[in-house]
Amino acid sequence: MKENRYNIIKNSLENFDIEYADANGTPQLIIKKEDLIGVATKLKKELEFDMLVDILGVDRFQKENRFEIIANLYSNKNKDRLFLKVKLDSKKPECPSLTKVWKSANWYEREAFDMFGIIFTDHPDLRRIYMPDEFEYNPLRKDFPLMGIPGSLELPKK
Amino acid sequence: MPQTIYDKLKEGDPSIRRTKILEALESEDLYVIYSDTLENEMVLNMGPQHPATHGVLRLLIKLDGEKVIRAVPDIGYLHRGYEKLAENCTYHEYIPHTDRLDYLQPVHNNVGYALAVEKLLGLELTERTKYIRTICCELGRIQSHLIAIGSMIMDTGALTPFLWAMREREKIMDLLDLITGVRFTTSYTRIGGLAQDISDEALKGIKKFVEEFPGYLQDIRKLVDRNKIFIQRTEGIGYVSKEDLIEIGITGPVLRAAGIPRDLRKDEPYLIYEKLDFNIPTYTESDCLARYYVRVEEMLESAKIVRQCIEKLPSGPIKTPDPKQVLPYKEKVYTKMEELINDFILINFGNTPPVGESYQAIESSKGELGFYIISDGSGHPFRLKIRSPSFCNIQGLPLMLQDHLISDTVVIIGALDPVMGEADK
Repeated sequence: MKENRYNIIKNSLENFDIEYADANGTPQLIIKKEDLIGVATKLKKELEFDMLVDILGVDRFQKENRFEIIANLYSNKNKDRLFLKVKLDSKKPECPSLTKVWKSANWYEREAFDMFGIIFTDHPDLRRIYMPDEFEYNPLRKDFPLMGIPGSLELPKK
Repeated sequence: MPQTIYDKLKEGDPSIRRTKILEALESEDLYVIYSDTLENEMVLNMGPQHPATHGVLRLLIKLDGEKVIRAVPDIGYLHRGYEKLAENCTYHEYIPHTDRLDYLQPVHNNVGYALAVEKLLGLELTERTKYIRTICCELGRIQSHLIAIGSMIMDTGALTPFLWAMREREKIMDLLDLITGVRFTTSYTRIGGLAQDISDEALKGIKKFVEEFPGYLQDIRKLVDRNKIFIQRTEGIGYVSKEDLIEIGITGPVLRAAGIPRDLRKDEPYLIYEKLDFNIPTYTESDCLARYYVRVEEMLESAKIVRQCIEKLPSGPIKTPDPKQVLPYKEKVYTKMEELINDFILINFGNTPPVGESYQAIESSKGELGFYIISDGSGHPFRLKIRSPSFCNIQGLPLMLQDHLISDTVVIIGALDPVMGEADK
């Protein structure tokens, strides 16, 4: 990202409590959960980040702030990229849904919900996307074993 | 004398299904309001085993007569947990798994993954490697687009172009056999280099192919471009406005067919695309026909890129000289002690990137293919997220199917060109 554009972004987000980090050349904004919708709306409306490319969940497997979600934003006009990172609670990972800002968040959040059990509040259609509906676990959490849990998926009887 | 259906109906024969329409026929009232099953809303389950859904995509379609009111895609029938697997592989061990993502053109996945890991490690590639990777990528793009247009035309009812496209694809597979040693699941890249150098025979073959390919593509176009049936089946079908496409996160040829020249080869250049001369074909109609034209023209551009790469191909090593991160040449492993030790350590403990996060995206034939890797300094990725274009593109399917006929769904899916191996990860 160009230096002056990064400064413009920093200036316009002054009111929010943001920690600026760097993900190997791409700026990463670590924000508070409550600010997520506000920052996202501002980034979309005023700073031309028109595309939400991806959302990924991360399980840090630690006591505090175990879960994270990272949103990958792209601006088609300025051709640059930005990551938004939100740290979530360990016991009850809840996060406001970005579907109101970008419609594409729908499936990305369903994936994070399926894989990590992160609850996106006021998501319109929060269902599992890969695993069957009756599956009880979240496969990408670090405490889910690689070999799977025997009996977690019911097999047809002989 | 045989009984007519009306006689049977009057007698109350139970073998005759007393549909509402027959009752209406019997009725004295001229303006009787009847409801027929065909006139009601119906839910149709299409897939996961359906020849037109290109894999195991399942669609639940709500129909009003023949018109689609609402469609809900259901995916996950090919979910193999590749992101979980990645957390338990070393960086090299994961390369063969990337072949199985977009299995119609494995090279792009290999290159995308290798570039992502190299960015994390901070490795600079040698010039020759960059050129060879670009050649392979563009061959992969042609390979994938051939299947895309071939099967899309087949979905509209013409079989010959599909067979011709498969014939051309077969030639690319033979070339990949010469370059990588494997026809299909190539696993060609290594972190910081390639599995093997490209041979003169392969270069000759590629040169011959790119010279002849535009002619063969023209043969297909002659059958299709001015074909009334094809144009009537595709023109104006599957229209979505470009604002909606951006909002829903669609990338690749589908977005370019709506007039947005978003191509990461130009926007975030990787490999040697900066030094090459090529165009980004765009159309503004945003329908299935425009998506077909974008793919056809992209193939010609790809052939142009390959030709330029072969002309400029520099000589030199194919592996970055960094023994701590890059596997040594195989001949040296068998004869030299130092290389043997390095090989042993790398195979056993894997690459050890610094703690950090990195994202690298490439323009695959379906759209933006990205790998977000989080490293904790050990030999395995702490988290590897695949941003697969097919997954994100399928999300736009309900919008495209809205208010179209059921017979158009196959064409729209064909023009979207999803690959379920990639969408389901």
